[in-house]
Amino acid sequence: MSDVSRGDDPPYPPVRARSQAIVSGARAETVIRSGYQRVLPPVGDLRRLKSGAGSLRLIERHVRAYRHLWLVFASGITEPLFYLLSIGIGLGVLVGKVPGPGGQLVPYREFVAPGLLAVSAMNGAMYDSTFNVFFRLKYDKLYDAVLATPIRPLQVALGEIGWALLRGVLYAVAFTLVMAIMGLVTSWWALLAVPVAVVIGFAFAAAGMAATTYMRSWQDFDYVILVSVPLFLFSTTFYPLSVYPRVVGVIVECTPLYQGVTLLRDLVLGAPGPDLIWRAAYLVVMGVAGVALAARRIARLLLP
Amino acid sequence: MLRRVPEVLVRARGLTKRFGAFTAVDGIDFDLFRGEAFGFLGPNGAGKSSTMRMIGCVSPPTSGELTILGGDPVRDGVAIRGRLGVVPQEDTLDIELTVRENLLVYGRYFGLPRKLIAERADQLLEFVQLTDRADSKVDPLSGGMKRRLVIARSLVNDPDILILDEPTTGLDPQARHVVWDRLYRLKQRGVTLILTTHYMDEAEQLCDRLVVMDRARIAAAGTPRELIEAYSSPEVLELRFAPEVHEAAAEKIKDLGTERIEATADRIMLYVDDGDEALERVRGTGLEPLASFVRRSTLEDVFLRLTGRRLID
Ligand SMILES: Nc1ncnc2c1ncn2[C@@H]1O[C@H](COP(=O)(O)OP(=O)(O)O)[C@@H](O)[C@H]1O
Ligand SMILES: [Mg+2]
Repeated sequence: MSDVSRGDDPPYPPVRARSQAIVSGARAETVIRSGYQRVLPPVGDLRRLKSGAGSLRLIERHVRAYRHLWLVFASGITEPLFYLLSIGIGLGVLVGKVPGPGGQLVPYREFVAPGLLAVSAMNGAMYDSTFNVFFRLKYDKLYDAVLATPIRPLQVALGEIGWALLRGVLYAVAFTLVMAIMGLVTSWWALLAVPVAVVIGFAFAAAGMAATTYMRSWQDFDYVILVSVPLFLFSTTFYPLSVYPRVVGVIVECTPLYQGVTLLRDLVLGAPGPDLIWRAAYLVVMGVAGVALAARRIARLLLP
Repeated sequence: MLRRVPEVLVRARGLTKRFGAFTAVDGIDFDLFRGEAFGFLGPNGAGKSSTMRMIGCVSPPTSGELTILGGDPVRDGVAIRGRLGVVPQEDTLDIELTVRENLLVYGRYFGLPRKLIAERADQLLEFVQLTDRADSKVDPLSGGMKRRLVIARSLVNDPDILILDEPTTGLDPQARHVVWDRLYRLKQRGVTLILTTHYMDEAEQLCDRLVVMDRARIAAAGTPRELIEAYSSPEVLELRFAPEVHEAAAEKIKDLGTERIEATADRIMLYVDDGDEALERVRGTGLEPLASFVRRSTLEDVFLRLTGRRLID
């Protein structure tokens, strides 16, 4: 609409059109006339940014800002790979076989690999949605700048979580490829591992960003570690649930990473059950709640 | 002659902003017309930024009426922000990007096509004299350069209104003059400006009309000339005395006549029609100031008259 009403304005109107208006005669008159007398189009008609578009613009910004840092990005994949090599293969020699999802015995490295895949999706998503979001919120003042444009808090949350998710998925894809090359993938169900990694990444990215909006200083990130390390160690990543006493087992079954580990293990080892549906739903709900909370907190903090 | 049809771009009536029990903006009224430069002059804490943030649709009004470009800031915030240019009080440049990238990325936030933004970015860098720093990161720039970059960034969407919150605070005198020069050019080109400042020289130079804001309220409104005529005298005689006789001298001068006198910690100011004549009368009483000078009234005098305080303490 505004483009129509501006009619013949050249590409950068404030400087060019208006300066012409001041210096040259008859043409100037019409420019000034149209400038002053133009009737403002109703504001509501100007909604140009669709909801998703605003988030993509933020992701576009990150691509530009981190272009030079692709090595840092890529190096994030090494950590779970080292775990896979040291624990899966090294420790696997000692452990031998463990009971898999269907109760059948599987080599330890096949057992542990899907667990580590879930961890890499979680970690990849958390890097950006916690530390980097905090930096942008408090130091870079990125969201202050962004919210002065048509972009809204929900789009900021979706953009950040989408970006964090991209990283989680990247790690998950790389990890899955390595697993396949090492012969640790034995079922076609494993093709679903990547979309499931997306869901895991979404849940943790959203939760991570929501939590980050409550952080007051870098010290507060100790709480993130306080949560993520036990999740990493105890979500049946390294041994089956049957190892725990019943009470502890029930608690573990309620935690989010356990859902992710179970989803991936059952798929990769070719024993998916109907419970996987609601495990995925758990993670989706966690992600949606995280997005909503993150958006509300951003609005509260930055649009007082 | 062209007849200018005044078009109201921002209208505020009883506009109020509260933070908890604290009232930052207390029922202010004003209109902003297309093509003018409108100023908010006031000391720190007066409520200027709170007002700018409400106009920028990044802070919902607590009560009162606020219409921006015909829309409501809460309901139509997205569309309105798309047509505003904002220079916030604190620079919010993207420190992870270069100077030019700051413009390219910001333009994308408005959903503009990349090609158009790239063209504008080059023109804008030229305009704010940063072309040779285009590929530099933001951090090494001087304060004045950063401010100019924020101004360039605020123009990338060809805004209908440019909002500047203390555009030159914290800059050295030279850098301030460069910024003023750029803003003056924008003004000449017909860009509608709304700016806040606590420098009366800035307000006098740039603003067609202004309001004097103090303690959340508008104390006076008008053109700089109108304000000076209404609240001050044509001339001001400033006198300095030795500290030990300063107070006694002030008392004596007060007895001298009916004109208005302000005594600050180090100066005595007489608001008079004719400064030289007033100086003669002071001397006639036997007082001999250490220093004296006659000047024209400024907005600072208006502020002092209205509030009993100086703009910057
Ligand atoms: N988000 C906020 N929460 C609480 N108080 C605020 C907030 N923003 C501003 N204030 C208060 O409102 C008053 C006016 O502030 P401000 O509008 O920034 O004034 P100015 O820009 O004229 O210096 C100040 O006393 C300030 O502390
Ligand atoms: Mg301020």
